[in-house]
Amino acid sequence: MSIIPLFIAIPLGAAFLVSLFGRRIKILPDLLANLCTASLGILSLLSVGIVREHGMLVYKIGSWAPPVGISLVLDGLTCFMLVTVNIIAFFITLYSISYMARYTAKWKFYTLFLLMLAGMNGVIATGDIFNLYVFLEIAAIASYALVAFGIEHEELEASFKYAVMGTLASSFILLGIIFLYSYTSTLNMADMSNVLLAKGPGKIVGFVVPLFILGFGLKAAIMPFHAWLPDAHPSAPAPISAMLSGLLIKVLGIYALMRIFFNVLGVSQNTYFVLMILGVISMTLGAFLAIGQHDIKRMLAYSSVSQIGYIMLGIGIATPMAIAGALFHLFNHATFKSLLFLNSGAIEYSTGTRDLKKMGGLNSHMPVTGATSLIGSMSISGMPPLSGFWSKLIIILAAVQAEYYAMAAIAASVSIITLAYYLKLQKEAFFGTLGEGLEKVKEAPLTMKLAMIALAAICIAGGLLLLPQVFDLFINSAAKVLSAGNGYAKIVFGSIR
Amino acid sequence: MKKTSKRGPREPGMTLIVKTITRLTVGLIFLYGVYIVVHGHLTPGGGFAGGLIIALSFIHLMLAFGKDLALKKFSKAAASIFESLGGILFLTIALLGFTGGYFFLNFIRKGRPFDLFSAGIIPLCNIAISLKVGAGLFAIFIALVFLQILKKEE
Repeated sequence: MSIIPLFIAIPLGAAFLVSLFGRRIKILPDLLANLCTASLGILSLLSVGIVREHGMLVYKIGSWAPPVGISLVLDGLTCFMLVTVNIIAFFITLYSISYMARYTAKWKFYTLFLLMLAGMNGVIATGDIFNLYVFLEIAAIASYALVAFGIEHEELEASFKYAVMGTLASSFILLGIIFLYSYTSTLNMADMSNVLLAKGPGKIVGFVVPLFILGFGLKAAIMPFHAWLPDAHPSAPAPISAMLSGLLIKVLGIYALMRIFFNVLGVSQNTYFVLMILGVISMTLGAFLAIGQHDIKRMLAYSSVSQIGYIMLGIGIATPMAIAGALFHLFNHATFKSLLFLNSGAIEYSTGTRDLKKMGGLNSHMPVTGATSLIGSMSISGMPPLSGFWSKLIIILAAVQAEYYAMAAIAASVSIITLAYYLKLQKEAFFGTLGEGLEKVKEAPLTMKLAMIALAAICIAGGLLLLPQVFDLFINSAAKVLSAGNGYAKIVFGSIR
Repeated sequence: MKKTSKRGPREPGMTLIVKTITRLTVGLIFLYGVYIVVHGHLTPGGGFAGGLIIALSFIHLMLAFGKDLALKKFSKAAASIFESLGGILFLTIALLGFTGGYFFLNFIRKGRPFDLFSAGIIPLCNIAISLKVGAGLFAIFIALVFLQILKKEE
């Protein structure tokens, strides 16, 4: 019952402990960060069982019952996101042990990393809309600093751009929350949903929805608002790129958008149509922009824009099947995009370059990186039987079922373009003749290999999540929360004890 | 600093008038900050505002006497330690609520309203926040000052 606040308390406590003692005790940052993410991963898996038993749990902070106090809510969607975030965060911290040894001030890195994790877990677990904003800012500000971690010219520029765009997004979100608060006089999401239902949405929802699309769209980097992402994500150290591209844009952008649109506002069909169009645009253009890139991390960043489009398309179709597909793709994208960014980090670690033109034939020297990268690439391109195939299949089938034939066709063809640029990445980096000066290249250290192999294993086994029992427990229980729409409020107030 | 005037090497900081006034006021500013913090649950203000005023007293010192003296009183490492300590203290108070069954539970006796020792954990939270905010703001100010110096040396 009381494990919900631990998702926020553990990483916060670990972050402050690392910043206090990490400078003096050299081994502490690695040890504490890995212990922290490992325990969070185990707790998140435990929470799946708890949700199956109780349905939904509402935690009253300081025993103040909502709508007066702040509540933390653990339902299907929350535990789905918590599992995604914390499991991948664990593999990323495992990878960081060797990778971050190149940088000075590892303790600063872990402090910021854990603060960002605390912010993300807070966004996911909270049931209060202003609390959501606060945690969103914690995660976002930590990520601005992490993008600038190398403090070279390029990184500072990217971080500045990211900070400006991110702050703009936060102000739109805050403005939306202010308008909602002035209309409903409550900040609790369940209560807000009730009030909106009783009072009628009025004109305010019509005004707030575009603000939220702008704000969360900027955070999620869907197409017209994506400009910061291809700079920010490649500039960060590889574990952070994996964290940002794999998790942050999904938690701050997509999760928050879904939660508010489906469960609080209950927006109209037209809004979902707008989301779908935005999704298709970013899916297509992101893929085309990715083809031309030579910087491996930049290509992966554009690929993120494209894949976020798939998730948006699924959300926009808004049938239960499409939502399940979108959530499944969210999980899959989190695993293979983190894997691919970790691969790019391993290449940079060993060869010292990110330019595809200077690579080639790395398979002979870096077999583990090559193999895991191949699995990740094929999975993201939708090759059966890897995980990406199944989630894309569900989204496309849902589009056909909802009679959006054009969208389904576009989604299927973008998948082919995705395959094209990932084959280009594979060919130029890992196959063909060995690049100049790469004769002495060595494989990445053990912990980096372990993290990559584990993520690749999840990519291979991802399709197993479609087994009926697992699917009901993990993805369908999350999709049901969203499909319930305004029913969320009833369940929240029903499960307060 | 190579700049020298006729009276020999220039002293860091501002003129004698500013220094004298600062010497008189800086303690009062600090005390006022502490007052705002400990009366946070009774009067307007609290940990954030009080921490800010405490940090301002050190920044005042730095502006009037130059960075060396202020850093001697409150070094960069101390700022970093106090900031983390504030965070940990706040989290510990929140976690101690678990003794009563809830995160952030106000588990201490509330006392009589408007007494200095009342409101349970709220004054303790204010003290933790003031440490975090005060040390954090001072650390940001130090960072800005050092950035300026680095630029000059280039």
